[in-house]
Amino acid sequence: MIEFNHHLPALQVVVPLLSAPLVMLLRPAGLAWAATTAASVCAFAIAVALTLGVLAGHEYSYQMGNWPAPYGIELGVDAFTALVLLVVTGASTLALLAGRTSVDAEIEQPRQPLFYTAWLLALAGLVGMPVSADAFNIFVFMEISSLASYILISGGADRRALPAVFKYLVMGTIGATCYLIGIGLIYLMTGTLNLADMELRIHEVADKRPTLVAAGFITVGLALKAAVFPLHVWLPNAYTYAPNAVTVFLAACATKVALYLLLRFDFFVFQPNLDGHAVQFAYFLMPLAVLAILVGSGVALFERNLKRLLAYSSVAQIGYILLGASLVSLAGLGAGILHIFNHALAKGALFLAVACLASRCAGVRFEDIAGVAQRMPWTMGAFVLAGLSLIGVPGTAGFISKWYLISAALGEGVIGGLLVAVIVVSSLMAVVYIWRVVETAYFGMDSAAAAGPGESAAGVESATGVESATGVESAAEFESAAKVESAAKVESPAKVESNENTNSSGAIKSIGKVDGAAGAAVPGEAPAMLLAVTWAAALANLYFGLQSYLPVALSSSAAESLLRYVP
Amino acid sequence: MSAQHAILAALVLPLVGALGIALAARISANLREAVTLATAAALAVVVWGLLPELMAGERPALRLAEIVPGIEIALRVEPLGMLFAALASGLWIINSIYSIGYMRGNREAKQTRFYIFFAIAIAAAMGIAFAGNLITLFLFYEILTLSTYPLVSHKGDANTVRSARVYLGVLLTTSIGLLLPAIVWTYYVAGTGDFVAGGILAGKIEGPAIGLLLGLFVFGVGKAAIMPMHRWLPAAMVAPTPVSALLHAVAVVKAGVFTIVKIIIYLFGVDFLFAAPSSGWLLYAAAFTIIAASVVALRQQNLKRLLAYSTIAQLSYVVMATAILKPLAEIGAATHMVAHAFGKITLFFAAGAIYVAAKKTELQQLRGIGRRMPWTMTAFTIGALSMIGVPPTGGFVSKWYILAGAFQADNYIAIGTIIASTVLNAAYFLPIVYMAWFSRESTPPQRDHGEAPFSMVLALTVTAALTIALFLFNGPVLELERQLVEGTL
Repeated sequence: MIEFNHHLPALQVVVPLLSAPLVMLLRPAGLAWAATTAASVCAFAIAVALTLGVLAGHEYSYQMGNWPAPYGIELGVDAFTALVLLVVTGASTLALLAGRTSVDAEIEQPRQPLFYTAWLLALAGLVGMPVSADAFNIFVFMEISSLASYILISGGADRRALPAVFKYLVMGTIGATCYLIGIGLIYLMTGTLNLADMELRIHEVADKRPTLVAAGFITVGLALKAAVFPLHVWLPNAYTYAPNAVTVFLAACATKVALYLLLRFDFFVFQPNLDGHAVQFAYFLMPLAVLAILVGSGVALFERNLKRLLAYSSVAQIGYILLGASLVSLAGLGAGILHIFNHALAKGALFLAVACLASRCAGVRFEDIAGVAQRMPWTMGAFVLAGLSLIGVPGTAGFISKWYLISAALGEGVIGGLLVAVIVVSSLMAVVYIWRVVETAYFGMDSAAAAGPGESAAGVESATGVESATGVESAAEFESAAKVESAAKVESPAKVESNENTNSSGAIKSIGKVDGAAGAAVPGEAPAMLLAVTWAAALANLYFGLQSYLPVALSSSAAESLLRYVP
Repeated sequence: MSAQHAILAALVLPLVGALGIALAARISANLREAVTLATAAALAVVVWGLLPELMAGERPALRLAEIVPGIEIALRVEPLGMLFAALASGLWIINSIYSIGYMRGNREAKQTRFYIFFAIAIAAAMGIAFAGNLITLFLFYEILTLSTYPLVSHKGDANTVRSARVYLGVLLTTSIGLLLPAIVWTYYVAGTGDFVAGGILAGKIEGPAIGLLLGLFVFGVGKAAIMPMHRWLPAAMVAPTPVSALLHAVAVVKAGVFTIVKIIIYLFGVDFLFAAPSSGWLLYAAAFTIIAASVVALRQQNLKRLLAYSTIAQLSYVVMATAILKPLAEIGAATHMVAHAFGKITLFFAAGAIYVAAKKTELQQLRGIGRRMPWTMTAFTIGALSMIGVPPTGGFVSKWYILAGAFQADNYIAIGTIIASTVLNAAYFLPIVYMAWFSRESTPPQRDHGEAPFSMVLALTVTAALTIALFLFNGPVLELERQLVEGTL
């Protein structure tokens, strides 16, 4: 058993990587989906096992092919890695479990096995980067995941994804190239690619200038991949026009992995070796983080497409993570890393809710989702819950991040006070952009319902029911009367059902019914599986808001290991 | 049932009730109303059942969850919280009886949703009342804000949604923008946010920072409606009247002032704050709010808006009394929470009864209405007298203690404010009372109406009686408050 545990870091990458070609051969599409999901669940289980091991005090280090470390490829897992692995595999698994119907709707059947192959490759790349302790190996996985994500994003029916992905491709390639140049420079000076070894050897190199240049290249290259403001321009369109399931997957984790590498290099490799690197790092990134937070939230305020709105919010949230890190303190770094986890929870749940909306609406622009809460109460319930987590309302995961971020900022004196103001202002902007969605969905005019003949008839009936009903009992009479009449006139009583019980458990029943009555005038709730996963993700926000031991333990341990060289 | 179970039950019962309401609504509206009433009654039994133990000096506590080490969700019963919980749970019964009459008489839509969120709001109020530390308090504070949003936006038309936006906007902006940093700051300097008799901040923070932190707290608790954070309260008047009555005259606004009192007594500590010169501004801010809100109330033409501005002024009485930082004034502050609750809920009940029976909302329409609705207007008169502070009403008792506290501290600003505001209160309430009883109806109403439905009249009669009862039998209330003062000074 111990022997097997020892191989977990390798298996983490190998399982999705080797499943990918297998999935390509599977027909029909359902089977490909099942195999992909199984591989992803496996990967998630491995990540959980690794996390438990790390929490128990174990540090994983694995020599590929038994070649000793500086020469062979080393894989390593510590608390920080485990946290990122959880996020990546968790996002992939949730997106796959939920995404079956949404992928079916957006990608034609024969191409689905290829789509799922790309998915697994992206997953393999995204887990490969954090577990690798070898700079060039990281580059290889970076390319694998990037190329696969370009395919995923452009895989949908939306042709606007093509220019978006082209932009992403060009910028992503520039980022990867910068990274490669940096690695090349360090290799020139030290002759090693192993991160731990690199850290030791740089110390011995007399001429620090090439290392400094390398640090610059690597930081900028990874910042580009991580969509750090102002290098974020590829992100909004890529997220917006990608298939919904892909958005759930990538939004929750793709940029996080790049951030992981950024912190890994800057704190683990460069910090101990370059004098004043901590100060340079802070001075360079803190203003960018503040700008990201304010500009990202600010743009989200005026965005009318739900996916773009959330994408810009992601730009701001990446700013939070970076802001925490740029404090270069235990508390700050811990808060930033914690936000990697908590933001993935909130944004994952939000994009899942968007996928639910997209499955039943013409689009996800504000005019498409106006009044939608009347017929999709459960979806909007989950959206509100996840939105509150994004805002940082107590009791949700987002609150825990805000708490630690503000605590960390308070430790920084006057600048800290200003940073608290930035965090708070941006939280308030989040209130505004989340609540614009809520108001539109709950109080807007439902265009679909107005257009649907059945629904409008029921609406008129119920309206007259209210007018004509006399006596104190009107409510009860009205409800039953409306039901009977609409049942006679409209084919699908489930519509009225879900319309009336906007908030209550009554809607559970209507979910099933609506699926059966698909093709009727107005669509109701999202597919059951999609909805169930969305709610699971939303409830996870509550759970980790009330029991935050796991992410907090991982992130504080990660911060300690990253900062062990700082006196 | 042990005290711990009772605390937990106080939180869970309304939530179970909310679920029950949702389920019962599918069977019949009567059953749904029955569930509401049963839940309210059960809650009151549970909460009031805690009283004897508290009087005996016990302080039952309960830890619900530990989010991370050092930050936990914990509940603890102490006299002030007990007072608030007993008040809210007791009035919920009366308010439910009233709601049934109002919602049915007014033929409101989406009644099930209304009752569900009402129950959730009550659960949040219980959580605030029994919160054992700042985090817990903040958690339930925000739940209360969010769960009342659907109640405020109940009507769903453009105007209502706009007002509900102001409501949510002000409350969330203040709580996230000011209160949250204040809470984190407190934990940062004191290492804890537990409510401890005598305070936790003494010696941990000094100089102008005390005043700054106090400011973040006082303005961060937007629910207390200290100017300029008061705009949400008039906006909330678009809600159905039972919401205005119980939530925006009792539960929500009292949660605000309760939070401020609790922060001053249990976090700063009265002695510590009294010795800190940078905290003196609070008294002036409260005094300004009292006078300014009363002046604004003078100019209102809409009855519910007038009551809202009157509430803003009355809330600042509590804050000002607390800011006097003397034992008698603290007792006055706590008594005023009760007195204002009884008086203002009566006034709102009357306003709602008038709306249901006569569809009248403006002051000018109230001429001669006393003859058509004698019970309602009698109750209204009693409520108005309590607001002014005329015996034999509860308002007199609290003003007495606040004045006594002000004299104890030789605080002439507080005394002057109370006198001026009493004059202003009389100036905007007495004309209404006079008009209702002694003017003639300018035009006969479209529909010849009498009193509102029986359940509404019953409710407002009971609260009017309570207003007078508080004057006559205030022993138990004062006993509870003495415990509060003894524990802290």
